[in-house]
Amino acid sequence: MHIDNFATGDSLLHRLDPRVKIVVAVLFSVVVAVADRHSCLAMAVCFSLTLLFLARLSLREVFLRLLVVNAFIVFLWLFLPFTYGGEKLFSIGSLDATREGVIYALLITVKSNTIVLALIALLATSPIVTLGHALNHLYVPDKLIHLLFFTVRYLQVLHLEYDRLRDAMRIRAFKPGTNVHTYKSLAYLIGMLLIKSFDRADRIRKAMLCRGFHGKYYLLSHFELQRVDVIMLVIMMLLVSGMASLQWIILK
Amino acid sequence: MDNSEVIIRFKGISFTYHDNQSHRPVLDDLNLQISRGERVGLIGSNGSGKTTLFHLLMGLLRPTAGAIEVFGEERRKEKDFRVVREKIGLLFQDSDDQLFCPTVAEDVAFGPLNLGKSQEEALAITGEVLERLGLDGFEDRLTYKLSGGEKRLISLATVLAMKPEVLILDEPSTGLDEDTVERLTEILRSSDLTYLIASHNSDFLSKTTDIVYRLERGKLARAKVS
Repeated sequence: MHIDNFATGDSLLHRLDPRVKIVVAVLFSVVVAVADRHSCLAMAVCFSLTLLFLARLSLREVFLRLLVVNAFIVFLWLFLPFTYGGEKLFSIGSLDATREGVIYALLITVKSNTIVLALIALLATSPIVTLGHALNHLYVPDKLIHLLFFTVRYLQVLHLEYDRLRDAMRIRAFKPGTNVHTYKSLAYLIGMLLIKSFDRADRIRKAMLCRGFHGKYYLLSHFELQRVDVIMLVIMMLLVSGMASLQWIILK
Repeated sequence: MDNSEVIIRFKGISFTYHDNQSHRPVLDDLNLQISRGERVGLIGSNGSGKTTLFHLLMGLLRPTAGAIEVFGEERRKEKDFRVVREKIGLLFQDSDDQLFCPTVAEDVAFGPLNLGKSQEEALAITGEVLERLGLDGFEDRLTYKLSGGEKRLISLATVLAMKPEVLILDEPSTGLDEDTVERLTEILRSSDLTYLIASHNSDFLSKTTDIVYRLERGKLARAKVS
């Protein structure tokens, strides 16, 4: 399980109030997602790289995560240059790639990597549980937060259950192949997991009822803004507003 | 307190699970009476209905026939059982079912908060209960990262935090190492609660209870435990 493996550390960003980090991450993502001016994006790239540097994460791990994101982007490169109308750049067989198409694909690549880097530096540096509490303090609806918590809590349990079932198959010499027996066995495995999680949900509900649950769920943790949080919030918000003004206010 | 006061009474309880394949009667005209201060053990083979019996008592299941009296009143509807759940604590077989909050403190405080305690009171109770079980310092631990034994003891803490009058424990010693079973035994022996324990471990039952019943073919009978 790879939950929370960036969350241990003691950098400035690890210590920053999660509420500050969430607010900045959301605003930054929105600005970068809609921006298309190069000056604005260049500033955003610098911003993300600086955050990454401040978070002092293992660059190898970060790179591995970026690979996952860019696996999706490869598909954009396969289609966008050839389907976007504009000036012809080069051609493969009867397919013409356009200059505009390539630029567009490049823009999307830069933007998504920039956003993911910032999210890793800002959000992955807090444990999910802490982020959930912070969201609660930012007035995100209770139900969404409980969904998040239950998911985090039981992902682990389901994963263990899956491991157990898979091991049980393996010790009876199950070798996956391309045949009906494999498909059938894997279908049983998935079906069993579904049934088990359904049963577990029922037992959890019963356990909650036994402890007097009547629809309200309480969260404890509280945060206190420190001076460094306020300073970082102001700096980061100024930078994000800088990007926004490069995009919308300052003329070319 | 009157020691002979009967607090739980099952009168002619029958229960059948209805599913597609079978109509398997689990409990059949069962009678049970527990007085305040009694420490009762329950043995029986797998599937003999021990968990069913507990779930009937907590109102998670409804009997097919018979009446359940708890604290001198007959309990029929969901509303009747709310009071029961506030005064009787049930420890589930699988601690992963019981611990669902992200942190230990939140899980232990969940019950007291449901009982209408303020956040400060709930936190105070949490600290006090954890300390009593020798688990101080566990407050901020993540529930899904605890070991099996820790999970069981924290689960017990979540139940004790509601200050129940009666404790129901469903296979509490299963899957625990000797030290943890020893700790559990000590905790139970030193408490003055009325409790009912289902277990396969007769050694554990003989150390913690005064009377043991065997559940067989849907009925209860006195059992001899060496």
